[in-house]
Amino acid sequence: MEAAASQAVSAQPLAEPVRARGLTPLWVCVAVAFLLVSLALGVIAGPVDIGIGAIVHSLAAHLHLPGATSSLSPVDNAILWQLRVPRVVLAALVGMMLALSGATYQGVFRNPLADPYLLGVAAGAGLGATLAIAYVPAGIDEHRLIPVAAFAGGIVAVVVAYAIGRSAGRERDSVTLILAGVTVASFFTAVQAFVQQRHTDTLQQVYAWILGGLPTSGWTDVWLILPYVVVSATIMLLHRRVIDVMSVGDEEAATLGINVRRTRLLLVVAATVGTAAAVAVSGLIAFVGIIVPHAIRLLTGAGYRALLPLSAIVGAGFLVLCDVIARTAAAPAEIPIGVITAFFGAPFFAIVLRSTRGGTR
Amino acid sequence: MSEVGLSGVSVELGGRDVVEDVDVAIAKGEWVGLIGPNGAGKTTMLRAVAGLIPYRGSIVVQGDEVASLPRRELGRRIALVPQVPSTPSWMTVGEYVLLGRTPHLGTLAKEGPSDRVIAGRALERLDLLGYAGRPLGTLSGGERQRVVVARALAQEAAIVILDEPTTALDIGHQQQALELLEDLRAESELTLVAAMHDLTLAAQYVDRMVLLRAGRVVADGTPSEVLTEDGITEHYDASIRVLEVDGRIAVVPTRRARP
Repeated sequence: MEAAASQAVSAQPLAEPVRARGLTPLWVCVAVAFLLVSLALGVIAGPVDIGIGAIVHSLAAHLHLPGATSSLSPVDNAILWQLRVPRVVLAALVGMMLALSGATYQGVFRNPLADPYLLGVAAGAGLGATLAIAYVPAGIDEHRLIPVAAFAGGIVAVVVAYAIGRSAGRERDSVTLILAGVTVASFFTAVQAFVQQRHTDTLQQVYAWILGGLPTSGWTDVWLILPYVVVSATIMLLHRRVIDVMSVGDEEAATLGINVRRTRLLLVVAATVGTAAAVAVSGLIAFVGIIVPHAIRLLTGAGYRALLPLSAIVGAGFLVLCDVIARTAAAPAEIPIGVITAFFGAPFFAIVLRSTRGGTR
Repeated sequence: MSEVGLSGVSVELGGRDVVEDVDVAIAKGEWVGLIGPNGAGKTTMLRAVAGLIPYRGSIVVQGDEVASLPRRELGRRIALVPQVPSTPSWMTVGEYVLLGRTPHLGTLAKEGPSDRVIAGRALERLDLLGYAGRPLGTLSGGERQRVVVARALAQEAAIVILDEPTTALDIGHQQQALELLEDLRAESELTLVAAMHDLTLAAQYVDRMVLLRAGRVVADGTPSEVLTEDGITEHYDASIRVLEVDGRIAVVPTRRARP
């Protein structure tokens, strides 16, 4: 029967094959160039002036290129490889994760306002971090404990939201889930505020964490989140065509052979774990997950199959760039990076929104 | 063996049976029009056949129970044209039609050259050549309707379910759409099951009509058997005359006499 249908179609004279807009070389080049420039700025910028040439030589030596030798002094070498490079790499990982998760959430919930914190991961992480800061007994290294507590808090919040959303009903799956996320987020935020008020001595530390900031702690944090980031990002990127299918709605996607609930659950888990890992080391950096995917959408008009990889690349570059500004704008003081992402990201986004006119979805 | 067979099918929605004890057998290549007043359960019955909602009883499609078929396999056998299709405005016509290939792809695979050719032919078949790069948001209602049918065609399912496919169209476009479905049915040996509101229009095209009322089948037969003045007056609570025009049934609304 299938064969009959296909034969009848193929009896037609040969038509032009149809293409989906995938990644165009131009946009990939622009995105990669943006990332590379950001990475370079991230490595060059800092209170100690290390020349670009010296950095390039040192990089070549690290990559064991034949004939390359590093001309850096041991101190400069340590600044470069133990402070700046790991911080830049961490910023790139966090930015990639937030932008990718934001794009994925917008796709699976068919909601342009969805961001990576939609289901309460930020509120949960905030509570976890606050508890760790407020109640950690003296003698325990709280800088190692906060990421773990934040990660766990974020996961718990989303699990609770998912359980509530699921028990509430099947029919309007995604709307229920979003409402459950909002509910859980406000509850966790309330508890967090309560704990915070009871421990005013830690107020500043909690506040600083919530505004977001990247630690300068060598490679530990990078290794800490790398496995989660790699696995989560891989799952999301592999599903980019499936997310395109899901944009016609749950019911139609189901008639096209997609198991919508299972796919959504898998993608929510991936986005949540990745985001929780990112905020565990960086605090609650706002706005990246919304503006990066939307700016790309407005500029390229592309579907998810191109949007996801571009979001990952541009998100990484964007956060590295914001971190450079955070480190240098008021040096030697550091501005919270969450302030930078919104302060510079919002006007940029407004310009994109104005100049492209109504290409939203 | 029938292509689609329902026996003793009931569907519960919100605590009551919206479809109740329905028996219908649809042969391969047949065009069946599902008619009935608003709320009779037409859409619900179609959704049950498409495997979108749980049901009691048995729905057998090409020999297999719908509830036991994996989603993807069901997608290869049945294509659905919903009453209000969701057409993301940013998506191009080509991308949208390619979505129809989804049940034929591996879980995370993307379309290959043959899928792109099949989608291209579906566009050609629906007179949409040159539309492939256009965003769905720029199409007229009639064009959008054809694009949705093109997606169903690219799905290469032998059974196509349509939920009021012509409701949003003017009379000319309604006729074009139904002529097109008739041509496709003949070419591709499709089995068509369509919920339809316009009885006269339906009577011009379908082989058979199934009249639902309050979830039950109250009439099943050729248009002239189902569309009787008494039957429609009773089941639709309407005042009508049934005429025969060029050998086909036409249902004409008349104004009730006032006391």
